[in-house]
Amino acid sequence: MARTAVRRRLSWQLATVTGVVDETPRVRTLLLELDDWQEHVAGQHLDVRLTADDGYRAARAYSIASAPGEPPSITVERLEDGEVSPYLTEVVRAGDQFEVRGPIGGYFVWRPEDGGALFIAAGGSGVVPLRAMLRERRQSASTAPAKLLYSSRSIDDVIYRTELGEPDHGVEIVHTLTRSQPEGWTGYARRVDAELLREVAWPSEDDPRAFVCGPTSFVETVSAGLVELGYAPSNVRTERFGATGGR
Amino acid sequence: MLDGNAIGGLLLDVFGTEMTAAEGVCGHCGTPGVLAECEVYLGGPGTIVRCRTCKGLQMVFVEIGGVTCVDLSGLSSLTAGGLTT
Amino acid sequence: MSVSRDFRGRRRHEAEPGRLPPGQYVTDDFPVLSAGPTPHTSLDEWTFAIRAGEESTTWTWQELQALPSETITTDVHCVTRWSKFDTTWQGVSLDVLLEAVDQDAPYVLAFCDGGYTTNLPIEDVTDGKAWVAFAYDGEPLEPEHGGPARLLVPHLYFWKSAKWVRGLVLRDEDEPGFWETYGYHMYGDPWREQRYAGD
Repeated sequence: MARTAVRRRLSWQLATVTGVVDETPRVRTLLLELDDWQEHVAGQHLDVRLTADDGYRAARAYSIASAPGEPPSITVERLEDGEVSPYLTEVVRAGDQFEVRGPIGGYFVWRPEDGGALFIAAGGSGVVPLRAMLRERRQSASTAPAKLLYSSRSIDDVIYRTELGEPDHGVEIVHTLTRSQPEGWTGYARRVDAELLREVAWPSEDDPRAFVCGPTSFVETVSAGLVELGYAPSNVRTERFGATGGR
Repeated sequence: MLDGNAIGGLLLDVFGTEMTAAEGVCGHCGTPGVLAECEVYLGGPGTIVRCRTCKGLQMVFVEIGGVTCVDLSGLSSLTAGGLTT
Repeated sequence: MSVSRDFRGRRRHEAEPGRLPPGQYVTDDFPVLSAGPTPHTSLDEWTFAIRAGEESTTWTWQELQALPSETITTDVHCVTRWSKFDTTWQGVSLDVLLEAVDQDAPYVLAFCDGGYTTNLPIEDVTDGKAWVAFAYDGEPLEPEHGGPARLLVPHLYFWKSAKWVRGLVLRDEDEPGFWETYGYHMYGDPWREQRYAGD
């Protein structure tokens, strides 16, 4: 059965946290259970809404970390002076509930039938929706070549480190650690620039499909760099992460 | 500052359909683009959507008394359901 | 309504009775909320102007700095419900600036880099109620908080304290500025909870 976007208004529903996984010191995955869960497409997100006892509300969007067919999960990075992320990463525990809405998104999505040599670039927690894409690729037994370029501050900040350390056949993971590197590190050790992209990205002749996710500056640099390399702009999809104005 | 992906839920609520892949044409500079790639400013008195190219104001959403008021006058056109793959 | 266990939002603390306007909560944060990209006008180019009809009285950055300025300690209240107590600013009173202008008018419209505007009655920006503020918490005002200079009108909701202010236009009519056009209150008194038009 083909997956299509269901055209109906999405309403808020309660999600129950069934488990938490600490991915890095600042990043936590929340495993969720929902009564009325519509299977998502890799790349989509959930809106999460929290309500304080005086009625005050805050809502944020978090990319779905799981593949379609798996129990839904979100991975949240704790932002300094954040309003919602400290709660989700430090307070929430199994059994807690909060409202979610979703899945949402029809642009920053990848379906196996889209094919293409997949070039996905993540800055920090931008890896979350891209990991969902890699899991979906595996689940659907897609043979599309895939390469993840993943920029992190240090090895301790690499999310899903074990999983990415054992990539599937046809998947290549290239890390760059921008602030500090472990002893003996032979990989890239700088912020992504045009030269690094040229060395890593699939050649444009392969008609690759690119997804770039992370902080705005990362997304701007990488997406512009890919277009410079000859990628069709319509095949470079972007999603910018960041704070929602709190400081 | 985020992009149109971040307001996918708001857009779905307001328009009744997925809109991040919708194509808008900027009413100020004429540049076409998908809403997912627009600049979005959240958290203030309203949600602001601007053209990534010229920074012109394209959409404003304000929630008043549980009703979302929408101003789209900064777009000269908006077409939903453009991209499928 | 589903309450999220122990969710408190921005760090809050208690306020002495009568100090917090209705519907507000106190935070130690200073959220950065904008309607557009942060402008970056160099101080060489920066001017503040008060326009009345055809006439314009203008100050350069140096001229503004040469005017008598004050330190202001005040509470501020944002319409998005956060309030911050005892914020300190340094700025030139609008009384000083308006004194240099011949004309008089019942209303002003503040205009800013980036196109933001907000409207105010003249009596709400005079008699020690408003400043062009260029320092916050002892430091030059950061661009994301409105630097090099913003309007400071703390007795009204903080959207009236226009960031990146470049001047005032004196007006006979009270015409809505940016947020007022989109449904926010023309006046904006936090003590009467005047958030939206019609409140």
